[in-house]
Amino acid sequence: MKDLSRRQLFEKAGRFLILSNAAAAALNSAEPNPYSTADHWWGMTIDIDQCIGCGNCAAACQAENKVPEEFHRTWIERYQVQGDDYQHPQVESPHGGREGFTPLPESAAKSFYVPKLCNHCATSPCVQVCPVGATFESPDGVVLVDESYCVGCRYCVQACPYGTRFIHPEKQVADKCTLCYHRITQGLTTACAEACPTGARKLADLKDPKDPVHEFLRTNTIQVLKPQMATGSKVYYKNLDGAVR
Amino acid sequence: MLMGPTGVEGFMYPNEVELQWSVLIVLYPFITGLVAGAFILASLERVFKVEAVKPTYRLALLTALAFLIVAPLPLQMHLGHPERSFEMYLTPHRSSAMAMFGFIYLWYLMVVLLVEIWLDYRAEIVHRSQTSKGLLKFVYTLLTLGSKNVSPGALRLDDRVGYIVTLIGIPSAFLLHGYVGFIFGSVKANAWWSTPLMPIVFLFSAMVSGIAAVMLIYMAVSWYQKRPIDMRCLDTIAKYLFYVFLIDFSLEMLDLVHRIYEADESFHSLDFMVHTRLFFSQVVLQIWIGTILPLALLAVTQVRTFTEAVRRGIYASAGLLTMVGIFAMRWNVVIGGQLFSKSYLGYTTYKLEFATREGLLPSILLMILPFLILWTLVKLLPPFEERHSL
Repeated sequence: MKDLSRRQLFEKAGRFLILSNAAAAALNSAEPNPYSTADHWWGMTIDIDQCIGCGNCAAACQAENKVPEEFHRTWIERYQVQGDDYQHPQVESPHGGREGFTPLPESAAKSFYVPKLCNHCATSPCVQVCPVGATFESPDGVVLVDESYCVGCRYCVQACPYGTRFIHPEKQVADKCTLCYHRITQGLTTACAEACPTGARKLADLKDPKDPVHEFLRTNTIQVLKPQMATGSKVYYKNLDGAVR
Repeated sequence: MLMGPTGVEGFMYPNEVELQWSVLIVLYPFITGLVAGAFILASLERVFKVEAVKPTYRLALLTALAFLIVAPLPLQMHLGHPERSFEMYLTPHRSSAMAMFGFIYLWYLMVVLLVEIWLDYRAEIVHRSQTSKGLLKFVYTLLTLGSKNVSPGALRLDDRVGYIVTLIGIPSAFLLHGYVGFIFGSVKANAWWSTPLMPIVFLFSAMVSGIAAVMLIYMAVSWYQKRPIDMRCLDTIAKYLFYVFLIDFSLEMLDLVHRIYEADESFHSLDFMVHTRLFFSQVVLQIWIGTILPLALLAVTQVRTFTEAVRRGIYASAGLLTMVGIFAMRWNVVIGGQLFSKSYLGYTTYKLEFATREGLLPSILLMILPFLILWTLVKLLPPFEERHSL
């Protein structure tokens, strides 16, 4: 290795400093890609066959969003259907499925798990009825509640066909799934989707042409909950059984 | 089905276990119904020229006012953030049925009821402001609003404007209570509520309860003030009560028959509820004791002749039973609509508490309050005295 004279050392060190400063400045000045609500239209896909009822999603949601113990922003239901009696399924959701389910004894019944959450409807009945507009639909398709504006009249809870809303016992305002808005606007996925070990639930951006949601919708049998309600639900279930309410 | 520890039977969505709307929300349609019904009874005399009910004209207006003043209180007490309720006036959400409440309420209070009462009493208020002493003189002087002209021309104008206000008031009364029915009837997520008949049923039941209430209050005030009851007036009110009640009952039965015949996906759930948790309040209280029995009593007075004392007894019994029936109907709509799961797979229980914000005690106090207001109003603006012609 060539020995450096003092002069050369200062020259090289100076250049290094200038270049690293310039690089740091360039990095700092580079605008991080800003989130634009106009570029997204959020929803979720749920693959019924992939859900194992572990409850990780509901537990993760509770931890991430500080959901009060007795209420649920998302939960899992276990269905058991005997033969052709799809009108009277046996359904349970102990603690919203947060702690998983006890194994079923051997039986002839068909059983499966159905994760539930706010359907972030495009024409939400909850948004329609809110008397002050505290519940609103964001331009990127997420139904949110302005906690500082909600009067706590509970009309939205009555209007939701899916039972996804509740009144926060301390805040006394309507509370619900935000689709982890604080995360998805930072480029992350939802807490529930991140915690799902089988990939049964996935955040979907319907405006992103590269999002796998398009392939998912195109190649599978898709249903939304209570389609007769015509709410424009954006939670798409693959292979949803007719017994599901 | 198994009964869970929280009173849940079958499966409810996890957030559904607790009821959202309590007995306070039962009071809301009950009270606004009395307001609308009392006003419509008053308009019978003013607009439809049913002279026989004239003795109750002013009493009906004062009753409507007393109950209207109390109407928003149960709503206000129920809100999670009552301090924000004014936002409904400032930034109403136009697609929300509930957002219109404040405007309809204010319209009815400020444009219809207060104006009509003031115009009708103005000559007496002026007279009393001149003849009273002390605090009363001050109160009556305030009530004149500075308008002391009681010339025959001015009184004719009062009468004419009052007539127009009553004309506006009839559709407004329909709006006030039909709108309350719409708040429930337009919730498509709830099969018990969601029917276009709801505003119509609410409207007719409002008339029934308002007419029965004014009839009872008229009898009570007459008894208390030892005034003879105008039997022609009482007979006429009872006749109107009977006919309006018949329409109301027919509409409710139409709704019931329609549900039974159609038997859609919600029917099994609702049918089970009516036969179990709502059996007493719906079948026993509302239909048998609160509707069929008073209708039968009123029907008998239409086809048989009784002495005045017997008729008074029958009317009082029928009126009281009617009030029980209409209250039960409000209860069954509001509470009943929340006892079953939107999954149609389970049922919950309503636990009525006593001395809590939404308990029985505040509800009882809220139901006493309009009578205290009415007592004050009757003292201040006597409804039975001869009109003062100056």
